[in-house]
Amino acid sequence: MSTRSPDVQDLIAKKYKHGFVTDIDADTVPPGLNEDVVRLISAKKCEPAFLLEWRLKAYRHWLNMTEPQWAHVHHAPIDYQSISYYSAPKSRDDGPKSLDEVDPKLLETYEKLGIPLHERAILAGVAVDAVFDSVSVATTFKEKLSEAGVIFCSFSEAVKNHPDLVEAYLGSVVPYSDNFFATLNSAVFSDGSFVYVPKGVRCPMELSTYFRINAANTGQFERTLIVAEEGSHVSYLEGCTAPMRDENQLHAAVVELVALEGAQIKYSTVQNWYPGDENGVGGIYNFVTKRGDCRGDNSKISWTQVETGSAITWKYPSCILRGHNSVGEFYSVAVANNCQQADTGTKMIHIGRNTRSTVVSKGISAGRAQNAYRGLVKVLPGAEAARNYTQCDSLLMGDKCGAHTFPYVEVKEPTAQVEHEATTSKIGEDQLFYCLQRGLSEEDAVNMIVNGFCKEVFRELPMEFAVEAQNLLSVSLEGAIG
Amino acid sequence: MLKVTNLHARVDDKAILTGLDLEIGAGEVHAIMGPNGSGKSTLANVLAGRDGYEVTEGTVEYDGQDLLALAPEERARRGVFLAFQYPVEIPGVNNAYLLKAALNAIRAHRGEPELDAFEFLALVKERMELMHMDESFLNRGVNEGFSGGEKKRNEILQMAILEPRLAVLDETDSGLDIDALKVVAAGVNSLRDPERAIVMVTHYQRLLDYIEPDYVHVLSGGRIVKTGDRTLALELEDRGYDWLREAASV
Ligand SMILES: Nc1ncnc2c1ncn2[C@@H]1O[C@H](COP(=O)(O)OP(=O)(O)OP(=O)(O)O)[C@@H](O)[C@H]1O
Ligand SMILES: [Mg+2]
Repeated sequence: MSTRSPDVQDLIAKKYKHGFVTDIDADTVPPGLNEDVVRLISAKKCEPAFLLEWRLKAYRHWLNMTEPQWAHVHHAPIDYQSISYYSAPKSRDDGPKSLDEVDPKLLETYEKLGIPLHERAILAGVAVDAVFDSVSVATTFKEKLSEAGVIFCSFSEAVKNHPDLVEAYLGSVVPYSDNFFATLNSAVFSDGSFVYVPKGVRCPMELSTYFRINAANTGQFERTLIVAEEGSHVSYLEGCTAPMRDENQLHAAVVELVALEGAQIKYSTVQNWYPGDENGVGGIYNFVTKRGDCRGDNSKISWTQVETGSAITWKYPSCILRGHNSVGEFYSVAVANNCQQADTGTKMIHIGRNTRSTVVSKGISAGRAQNAYRGLVKVLPGAEAARNYTQCDSLLMGDKCGAHTFPYVEVKEPTAQVEHEATTSKIGEDQLFYCLQRGLSEEDAVNMIVNGFCKEVFRELPMEFAVEAQNLLSVSLEGAIG
Repeated sequence: MLKVTNLHARVDDKAILTGLDLEIGAGEVHAIMGPNGSGKSTLANVLAGRDGYEVTEGTVEYDGQDLLALAPEERARRGVFLAFQYPVEIPGVNNAYLLKAALNAIRAHRGEPELDAFEFLALVKERMELMHMDESFLNRGVNEGFSGGEKKRNEILQMAILEPRLAVLDETDSGLDIDALKVVAAGVNSLRDPERAIVMVTHYQRLLDYIEPDYVHVLSGGRIVKTGDRTLALELEDRGYDWLREAASV
């Protein structure tokens, strides 16, 4: 056996020989995907048998699938055999030792975004041990949550400590066979977050700040599962406004939400991955499957997202409105600048009686970017008196960018009402001149107009994040006009 | 204060101003009248520095400075204000927010400290009373869903708050009912000041009953073809513009 380039078989053999636990740190599986790699991932994480079986089913299914071609995006073919599917958490020692060693440009952006000083270090990847504060902050949060009975932990911890919950709900909203990227994720997902809110509990805090501190390095195949029991409430915030640098080009995440009777889940995303430079070099391909299941009557799931990052975004947070009187909402701001391509939207599937959905999508395109909204509203027979309202607005900055709207409406229930409104506007020369004539600088004027355009979405965000989101927008659109 | 000399301007390769001369002193009120399409709004836009209006000849001097060399926001900060003929709606942008940003940008240019929220609100409320405007307008989007007359009133409110040196009012009287006209006229009159010049573009001599101009000009075919006092407006009301066009073409 060659010690230089051990193949997967060797590695697995080695692992089995030495046991899993001691070998956990500091190794990466060579690029490539096959059944052994899937087994290896599961073994490394000491997963129970049901999970390995589930991963394998997904992998075998994936082999017979082809990458979807219909999204309004273009990219060079992804070589799935060139990706390494397991990489143990990198030692923090490789990172910068203090803020002095961090790229000043990055710090400047944090400042513009108004990110608190003590968080900047963590975001910039400074070894956490050097950042005393945050650890205790996280611990305080954790205590408060467990007092309320809320489980909030990494996916791996959940598999270890709450396998019954994971088994009961994993794949119950996004089945392993769902689509090319979700299936790939099911086979190889690395980690992610798990939230469980017991019956009748209102989660005592926004699950946001905590997340920002802890989940900066969630990896490439992330998996999130949120379960809200009867009558519970939770507001979860994913991502952060700080630019995330990441060497992994392909990201294929899955998010599953389950709302039981009378439960409410609010899921907010502020996503700001590196979009590539002005010429479209570098940047992340973000292919995400997000779906919420309003399983119980009178439940509600609300997606709010502000997307400014990624080279390519392909993402359709959806709601399955199964419970009677359940409510689905989707509020989105998607910004595409330079060479970014965004293909986003939502699906609202009305099954229960008197279900209601609201979709407000704001697309902003600048530079040479392409921004597409793709929305499906489906009303099944028996979804009596279901109602949908969709509003889809596009704002163009400059004349080299594009906005596209693809609404799909399938109504099989005669008592349903579906309304769709769409507008496309150029960032008004008139509006811009009006502001300049009142003495505003061009930058302030553009920010003001864009923020006004997005207002209906921003007001859905948790308070402290709305401000950051506004700042983020202005950073993303810097120099877009003029 | 303002000296326009032999101004030629074009829009989309179409010559619109063709040698316009106009001189305005501090404290004066000028009315500019003239047929549709003669170039009145074009003049206003050129003075304010709107993109797409190309000056091909002539000069504009403002307080001894070359106005045309300044960016639109620079002109605004130095006291040039344009009340638009068709004020644009900016959805989602709070009316008060825009006003405050504008006022503070102008104050910063003058070297004055920013107004805080309280001082600003006090000022705005006082001026809104003057314009008989309900405070609810403050929290609406800029001109969003305002009626035609409300938009015009909002323009004058902005003028009252920004206190420009040179205000150009482009058909502010159009679309106002008779009561609103009186309110707006009272507002403008209260802003008459020895340090401030006001230029009113209008089609109706009625406005001039309420705001008495020092001079009345007729703009036709891209030039000022006649200048007089108030009585010229009365004469125009009687005779229309044809006699002036004929006079101008010889
Ligand atoms: N973007 C443009 N492209 C072509 N022609 C234009 C453009 N803008 C203005 N014009 C023309 O310039 C001429 C002068 O327009 P302007 O708006 O200055 O007239 P006005 O005197 O203000 O008229 P009114 O009394 O109707 O407001 C008109 O014939 C108009 O059609
Ligand atoms: Mg006009």
